[in-house]
Amino acid sequence: MLAAATAILLAIGLYQSAMAPDDYQQGATVKIMFIHVPNAWLSMFVWSVMSVAALGTLVWRHPLADVAAKAAAPIGAAFTFLALVTGSLWGRPMWGTYWEWDARLTSVLILFLMYLGLMALWRAVEDPSRAARAAAVLTLVGAINIPIIKFSVDWWNTLHQPASVLRMGGSTLDKAFLWPLLVMAIAFSLLFITLHLAAMRNEILRRRVRSLQMMQASRVSFTSEAGAGPKEIGAA
Amino acid sequence: MSALAALIRRDIRIALRVGGGALIGVLFFLTVTVLMPFAVGPDLALLSRLGPAILWLGALLASLLTLDRLFTADHEDGSLDLIVMSRTPLELACAAKALAHWIAAGLPLIVATPVLGLLLNLDGTATLAVAATLLAGTPALTFTGMIGAALAVTLHRGGLLLAVLVLPLSIPVLIFGVAASQAAISGPLPFGTPFSILCALSLASLVIGPFAAAASLRHGLD
Amino acid sequence: MRLSGRNLKCVRGGREVFSGLDVSAAAGEALAVTGPNGAGKTSLLRVLAGLLVPAEGTVALEGGDAELSLPEQAHYLGHRDALKPALSVMENLSFWREFLGGKTEDAGRCLAAVGLDHAEHLPAAYLSAGQRRRLSIARLLSVRRPVWLLDEPTSALDTAGQALFVALMRDHLASGGLIVAATHLPLGIEARDLRMGGAA
Repeated sequence: MLAAATAILLAIGLYQSAMAPDDYQQGATVKIMFIHVPNAWLSMFVWSVMSVAALGTLVWRHPLADVAAKAAAPIGAAFTFLALVTGSLWGRPMWGTYWEWDARLTSVLILFLMYLGLMALWRAVEDPSRAARAAAVLTLVGAINIPIIKFSVDWWNTLHQPASVLRMGGSTLDKAFLWPLLVMAIAFSLLFITLHLAAMRNEILRRRVRSLQMMQASRVSFTSEAGAGPKEIGAA
Repeated sequence: MSALAALIRRDIRIALRVGGGALIGVLFFLTVTVLMPFAVGPDLALLSRLGPAILWLGALLASLLTLDRLFTADHEDGSLDLIVMSRTPLELACAAKALAHWIAAGLPLIVATPVLGLLLNLDGTATLAVAATLLAGTPALTFTGMIGAALAVTLHRGGLLLAVLVLPLSIPVLIFGVAASQAAISGPLPFGTPFSILCALSLASLVIGPFAAAASLRHGLD
Repeated sequence: MRLSGRNLKCVRGGREVFSGLDVSAAAGEALAVTGPNGAGKTSLLRVLAGLLVPAEGTVALEGGDAELSLPEQAHYLGHRDALKPALSVMENLSFWREFLGGKTEDAGRCLAAVGLDHAEHLPAAYLSAGQRRRLSIARLLSVRRPVWLLDEPTSALDTAGQALFVALMRDHLASGGLIVAATHLPLGIEARDLRMGGAA
């Protein structure tokens, strides 16, 4: 159901984006915006979802919060990655380079690194509930830190390059661009919810498999000693 | 040699499983490289001039820091005792472990190089040159770093001490690696000269590293 | 075949652990090394396994394979289990089976013999201490080696596990192997006693 709604909205959004007129300055490349902006928006939204989940982990110690946080991290990283890639594809014709150490780009890159670090943390710890607490602390620290990084990067960058090339807000957005953008934003949000729910279901199943395996391991084997052949021990 | 193949397979498998360190090295490489522009400033012309040096330093640190656990993990769980006792010569076993480490942790660094080259505004030739020199030079880093990893078992210490011991050993590799990359980008030296020396360093370390590591391990067990 | 150590002296960290020690065990015979903590039981086993170099004296295996050294013909079962938690039970065992080489047995059968065949595909991280010990014992079965050097082999094993291990040791002795075991518990098999550290 949710998946269907996502697909329909995405189709509408893509159609509208394709139909949107070319920008008088940027030409057809402006259409990258319809993918780029929702992704960039979601890259930050997912971190806020994870921060709420992290609060759930630390304050209420709810296992579902762990699952939600863990499932969101790779999706958030994917959105951030897409935002970076579409951004650099957009930047190539606009600025003549794939990458510019511009304040906004740089802070998104740092966000991406923090997502990757978080995923590495989840992978590094075998016990999920211990990993959840460590990841929750890191997520919350990140939630405080990201705005700080953003400001400091702004400041860092303006020292060297007073006139930033990015001027998204500068050009007044015409209705012809605004509508497809909004539709795409909603479609991508729905996409996130769909993926997130699926990933959470996956994670819950994975944990159930894990606990079943541990139960199976702890079962005492009654195989007789001295080289008896392999015996079937129940069907787990 | 099925014993060595088994050892390589096992080490790669562990590196890729949960808790393994293979991909952390790449992440570290990425982070160190991203840190550099904050230190030197976002000037793209400057970054592309420093690019090869930044990438080399990042790869050097990433491959050395992940080496820390090469032998200590096996020492702690008792596997090292059995490896020392086995019919496989310890030198070959050490070489196999280093090779597995290079495949699991060194190769991903080289794969990540083009992306990082993009961030540092390196053009195609420059990126290719850095990737080629890393491909030729990182085995030398792994195989000399292995000596330090073996000493870490003897000394019951790892971390920074290991870095202090090993970093000076990797200076020649760094010199010729960056020199070859620079030669490919701007000249005036031909690329071939420093690159051949780099390959020679790798080959020499392929021989010296395992012997030194094995000697240190034999005396270090108790 | 006869394992013999003559006039062994071991110094660790500047302290003399034992000296003038003679050890010998013949094929089909078990030697139980007993003594209080710190008497040097583990050091003796590690000297026999070639992991420690004795300050004086020599160790030899007479009548074994002339081309191989004593450590290469021995299994060492130490305090630590030499298992990787990230690998499955089967992967752990097959690795040692392939790496140690020589005459090998089917890995699945060895797991069954120690009662771990139900856990074959599970990560070793899920095993209890006793099960980890059983998996190490499966290593001794999977590769045929005439000399078993065992350091507190039955610690962490439950009663059933101990009974199982006693049967496996009997089989090993009956097939012409020899065992040197450091232990403070009765081994459960007929063994000559080597008392260490009584005088010191």
